[in-house]
Order: sequence, then C-alpha cells, then structure tokens
Amino acid sequence: MVTLTVNGAQHELDVEPDMPLLWALRDVLNLTGTKYGCGIAACGACTVLVDGQAVRSCSIAAADLAGSSIVTIEGLKTGEALHKLQAAWIEAQAPQCGYCQSGQIMAAAALLAEIPRPSDADIDAAMTNICRCGSYEEIRAAIHIAAASA
Amino acid sequence: MAFKPSRRFVILSGLAATGALVVGYALSPFSTLDRARRLTAREGDLMPAAWLKIAADNRVTVYVPHGDMGQGTPTALAMMAAEELDADWALVSAETAPADLAFANGALAKGFLAGDMSIPRWLDGSADFVGRKAAEFMSLQVTGGSTAVRFTGVIGMRGAGAAAKAMLIRAAAESWGVAEADIVARESRLSHAASGRSASYGEMAARAASLAVPDDAPLKAKAAYTISGTSRQRFDIPGKVDGSTRYGIDMRLPGMLFAAALNCPVAGGTLKSVDEAPALALRGVKKVVTTADAVVVVADNTWRAQRALEALAPVWDEGANAALSSASIEAGMNAALDKGEFDADFAEGDPEKAIAGAARTVAASYSVPFLAHAAMEPMNAAVSVHDGMVEIWSGVQDGLGCRAVAAKLAGVSMDEVTVHQLPMGGGFGRRAFNPMMAMTPRHIEQAIAASRATGAPVLVTWSREEDMRQDYYREASIARLKAGLTAEGRIAGWVHDFAERHDPPEATAIHYDVADRTARYVSGTNPMPWGPWRSVDHTVHGFTIESFIDELAAAAGADPLAFRLAHLGNAPRHKAVLERVAGMAGWGTNEPGRAKGIAMREAFGTIVAQVAEVSVGDDGRARVHRMWSAADPGEVVNPATFKAQITGGAIYGVTAALHGGITVEKGRVVEGNFDAYDMVRLGDAPRHEVEIVESGARLGGAGEPGTAPVAAAVANAIFALTGQRIRSLPLRQFDLKTGAQIARA
Repeated sequence: MVTLTVNGAQHELDVEPDMPLLWALRDVLNLTGTKYGCGIAACGACTVLVDGQAVRSCSIAAADLAGSSIVTIEGLKTGEALHKLQAAWIEAQAPQCGYCQSGQIMAAAALLAEIPRPSDADIDAAMTNICRCGSYEEIRAAIHIAAASA
Repeated sequence: MAFKPSRRFVILSGLAATGALVVGYALSPFSTLDRARRLTAREGDLMPAAWLKIAADNRVTVYVPHGDMGQGTPTALAMMAAEELDADWALVSAETAPADLAFANGALAKGFLAGDMSIPRWLDGSADFVGRKAAEFMSLQVTGGSTAVRFTGVIGMRGAGAAAKAMLIRAAAESWGVAEADIVARESRLSHAASGRSASYGEMAARAASLAVPDDAPLKAKAAYTISGTSRQRFDIPGKVDGSTRYGIDMRLPGMLFAAALNCPVAGGTLKSVDEAPALALRGVKKVVTTADAVVVVADNTWRAQRALEALAPVWDEGANAALSSASIEAGMNAALDKGEFDADFAEGDPEKAIAGAARTVAASYSVPFLAHAAMEPMNAAVSVHDGMVEIWSGVQDGLGCRAVAAKLAGVSMDEVTVHQLPMGGGFGRRAFNPMMAMTPRHIEQAIAASRATGAPVLVTWSREEDMRQDYYREASIARLKAGLTAEGRIAGWVHDFAERHDPPEATAIHYDVADRTARYVSGTNPMPWGPWRSVDHTVHGFTIESFIDELAAAAGADPLAFRLAHLGNAPRHKAVLERVAGMAGWGTNEPGRAKGIAMREAFGTIVAQVAEVSVGDDGRARVHRMWSAADPGEVVNPATFKAQITGGAIYGVTAALHGGITVEKGRVVEGNFDAYDMVRLGDAPRHEVEIVESGARLGGAGEPGTAPVAAAVANAIFALTGQRIRSLPLRQFDLKTGAQIARA
C-alpha cells in the first residue's frame, strides 16, 4: 500500500513500488489533468508540484512520495476561484491545443514560488516544457501577468 | 451583396421541440460523384452543413462541424455567424456537431470551389487542393488544409446568420404589423423606433421558424462588422487551464480497461506469432489481443499494460521493407531523378532554351528528411463494442471521415459506428483520418479488437515511442533546381525537378517573374508511410524554392529582398507582404554576430513573408533569435488567434529546420522520443512579431501558412552570416563554426 497526499486529500493506493506517480494519478486516482507526453521526463506535460517543487511525474515512483504533499492542476484552484496563473493564462489566451498547459502552469507555479517577479531570463531557464503548438510567447506573457497581479 | 442559394444549395429552418429557431445550410449530393454517393445518403437527400440555433431564452448556439485542435476554429466560426445575425456576443456559444452526415462540411468546400452556386463574386477564386479533395468525398468533417473558416465560415456560417436575421425581422414585422425596413436588429434584439416596440431574438424565434427561408438575405458590408475582425476570447480556453478539458486519452467509462500496443516495427510488416504467457503472468493483465500487425495488452491500468507489453517478444514478418534505410531511400530518389521519367505540375514556355540562352546558369540540389508530427497527445482511442454497435471516443480531425474508416476496419456499416469527436492534443495532420487519406487509425482498430475480445470498453494509448515510430511522415525529398541569369540579373528559365509529390500540387508554384518555367516530379520511390504534415508539401518546396531564389540573388550580386521585389511585377500582394516584413525587421541592419534571412510563400490562400535572425554559437549550432512575419489572409476574423496560428506555425517550422529528422535503418524508425527528436523550447524559441496585411482578397487559411517559409528564412540567414549555403535539413547535422558535417548521434 502506498499513501499519497494529493491536493490535500490522503489516498491509500494498492500499487507496485515502481509505478510512476503519473499513472497513479491518471489511472488510479482518475486525475486526468496531468498528461502523459513522453515517459522519460523530456517534455514536462506531466509536471506536478511535490512539496512545492516542479516534478515530472512520469519519472518518479508514487511509492517514494509517502509524506510528501502533491499538487496537480486540479488542486490549483481555491474553491471555484482560479489561481492567478490560471486567470493570467486566460487573459493571455495562452493555450492552443492545451494538452501541455497543465504541466506549463505547474512549472510556472513552482517558478513563482521561488522567484515572485521573474525576469525573461528566469522564465527561459525555468520553463523547459515542450509546447508543440508554439504558445511560448503567450506563456511568457501570462507568467508576467500573474507575477504582476501579486 | 445578396447570398443566393442555387437549386443545389438550400437553406433549411425549423422549429425545435424547445421553441428554438434552427437555421442551416444544406446541399444536395452531387450525382456525378460515385465515390461520394457511396458514402453519403441516397441521391436527393439534403446535407445540412452549418447550423445555428436561437433558443427561446435568447441564447445562440453554433454547431461546428470541425474538430478542435487549438486553432480557435469554433470561436471564429461562431463569430462569423453572430456577425451576420447581429447577435449579442455574450449570448453566443459553440458546440461540436455530431459526426453525422447532417453535419458534413465537405459539401461546403465543394460548393465554394465549384463555382456552381451563386456565391458572392468576391469568394470566387482558383480551386485548391483541399477543396478538390473534398469534392471527391463530401462526407467529411475535415479539420485541415486551413479550411474551416474559409469554407464552413464563409459559406455556411455567414449565410446561416444572415438568413436567420432576415427571418427574425420578418417575424417581428408581421407580429407588430409594421414594415420590415423599419425594424432594427442589433445585439440580439429587434426594435421598432416609431412604435417603441422591441423583442429579443428568442421571443421571436418560434414565430420566425414558421416562415419561409429567404434566398436573398443580405450579407453585411465589412465596414459594418462589429464582431468579425476583432479579437475575442476563445471558448475552449477556460477548460484548458484547470485540467477539466477531456482529450481522448482522458476518456473514462464504467468498467473501462486500459491497453498498450506494439506495432510491427517495419512498415508493411505483419505479426507472425507471440507467446502471450509472460504478459498474462503479470499483475492486472486481462488479455493479450493481436491484430494483423500489432500486439495489444489489455490491463487494469495503462502502466501495467505498458510493462506487460515489454515482457513480450513478438515474431514479425518484416515484409518488403525489412532492408529499407534512409540511405537506400535517398539512392532510390536520386536514381529516379537521374532516369527522369517526370510528370509535371506545370510547364510553360521553353525553360531549357531560356537557360541555355542566359548569361549564366545556377544549379543546386536540396534534400529534406522525413518528419514526424509528434503531437503532444500520443495516439489513443477509447472504444466500446456493445449491442452490435461500435462506439468510439477519440480526438480526430475529421469525425465523419473517421466514422467511415472505422466502419471498414470493424467490418460493419457506418450506421453501426458512433464517433465522439474529442478535443485533440495537437493534430497537425496526424489525426486526419478519412477515406481519401492512406492513414489507417490503427489505434482505433486495436481498441475495437480489444473491446470485442474483452467485452469491456478499452482505451488504447500508444507510447511516445510508438507514436513517433508508427507515424505517417512528411516525405523525405530531393530537389534539383536550375535557372538562368541574364547579364542584367534577371531570372531566365526555371527548372524544378523533385522526388515525391503529395499535396497540394500548387506547392511548387512560384510567383516570381519568369516566363519559361517547369516543375517536374518522380513518385513512388519512397515506401515510408505518408501523411499530411502542417502545410504539407509547402514545407518541402518552401525550403527549396526560397533557398534557390536566395542563391540566384547571391549569384546576381543582389540583395535578397531587392532581388525578390524586382521579380514580383505581377504579384502585388506578394510584394506588399515582403515590403511589410522588411520594414518590421529592419532589413539591411544587423546586430553584431547576427544576420537575417528572408523568405516568402503562399500556402492555403495566405501569403506569408518571414525574416529570421540567427547567430551561430561556439558549439557550431544555429540559434534563431527573432522572427518577423507579415501575413496576408485577405481578411481576418479573429486577429489574436490568427497571429497565434502564424506564430505557432513558425515555431513548428523552426523546430523542423533546427532539429527535425526521422531516419530509417533496417526498415525501422530510429528516433523514438524527444531526446532524439528534439523540440524548440520557450528559452530558445524565437521572439516573433506578426503583422496582418488585409488585402481584401478571398479569405485564406491560418493554421498552415506560417510553417511554409521558415526553413528557407533560417537557412538564408545562415548564408548571410557565414557564407555557408544550407542545402540539407535539419541544421543540427552541421557544425556551422567549421562547416563540417556532424555525425548523427
């Protein structure tokens, strides 16, 4: 049994010790907002927060995260209120197909937690997730909007 | 101007059970197209193609017969309908139309191109690839070829909106006993100033539904637009920022099982045998299912299915392509070009004679590799076979076309197949399944087999490696170009020979002044599976033609921009976008260590001119710092999303130019994931500025044209910076510091 704390709720999962967090989230807990993109931590579509850090959930075992606090895209809202990053993402009209955007937003959340007013260079360095649609300009703009809205 | 339907083009309306007015455009099937007729209903049936609904509560719903893969199509189409309807935009929403013949859009494209409907004169123009293809198969819901706004929007949505408004005005006039001309329709309200009467559209909807549909409802002049041409927020975005949008891969059904698939690694090969026992011994595995060319493991979650699949060692019959390699394919193309049994896209004048008579001859050969689509959402499909019905949930670009293909794969009639068309995590051509494409949705075939074998709904998800190695690729191609230059630096004669031609045929067109010209091709040299890849053959010829023009400019000792402008005497729109982009980019000035390159292509009705600014790092690799695009789509519906599409298309092209290359060894695709098939990321994506040139020409596409000129603009910039002419892609194979070829990893 693996005990996971996801979006503030505790879950007991009967999964193998090497099952990646990604698949525990998606196929066991049915939290499908976290996406599968590559399985080798190369694209970032599966990014979640583990104790506030951006982690690519396809490449970390769920069993290793007992005692950690995991936040997925579904846990970013406060009640019905959007997180400032989500509101900024809408204002900047960032998503195109949208598939990578959960991971992009979670990576941005970790960035803002560390650097509340990131420079373009900070954003370049921190935001390494792939967006195949090429929405990078809008993602950059959205991060600046969210940072400014404090 | 009036929008006059012909006998083949009928506006329908009716009263829905809820008291709503529904208006749609319909076409009767064309009796001359046997293939179309086989796929469609009986001759004489009507095919409604674009619908809008005005409910009693005044809400407007636009039913969109296209998939959502991120271009904002549903929003743009709703804007076009709402504009003509004079609706209150806050009351408008869009829904995906069912994958049903009642919502086919192929017929709209056909009518748009055939010119046999009384469409407004300004819509007339030359036919292009998508329309011709669509004409062959009317029962399509194509999302591709940048067609949605051009065809469904221009013909269906505007016309339906205008007809609905005319009916609402007539209903109010009859109800109030006043003249139609004295009624104003604005922001979903009808009002009559003299009597002070007013009503919402919703209040008049039921009465309007009983009226005859006008065949001459006027379309608004562009100057009167209040919605179209303004940037509006897309309907699909809120669900994409909180994880609530459900893509195909997110489909969950009661009792659903999860599956992983391994396809024969060699294209065209088949499965001989597989020992299922090692997989069945693992936890959670329910079944091993086989198809002609794949092994599918069904389990209680995706990871267990993937792991069990790795435990299997299928035996394949690798078939005719077992020895295929990138080198053998290249040799085959060169041999066919040497042999020279060409077909021609065009042949005007006597190019060989013109070249022979010129002061000098310039010739160059170019090659481009296979490219994978690499949409972020890997191929997947959920299928439930129940009660003799095949029910499919998947992200596909053509729901109706996919339904026809799936019926064939399942061995049932189309009536026994339902396709739930879900949002796509990227498409770029990879998800355009329909009977005219040679792409087989094997993930759907596998899910059908797995559901039949288990009696449960099954979601098949391909690994990234399967997605990349089992793609339908942008073709590898070799081009040989030759032209003459006069003593005055004018192009005299143009010969463009190339291997492998797909679509569209106009992708080899040149808009530069040269009277004697030909583009000729050899086909069938290349057995790798082919599929349409964002902007299709324009990506190949955009690179070769616009690189070669740059070579001619250099040979003539001319500035690349000035040389192009001097040869565009017959193409004022092309000239205008080049001049615009040159101004945006500050053409002629460079920062230290950087240089700019320019290129221009017309694709899917939109002309895009681009400038790329590059440098070369100490590692010998090119970096694209900034790009500028000027685009002329005729007119634009939603400027913000149009610009986002041009930018996205450009970045798709930069990734291909820098990194993109699928290689083949022993019949197998080498690259399997993003470590070997890399993508531009935020930190190395060029900053990109887009300006729109609205020439007023016929509406062009948005999704594809931005990709076509990119590789040439980048390669031309490298020439300007280093003097090295890039005649082969991707750039990662070169050390641009030393000029050496870097061995592939």
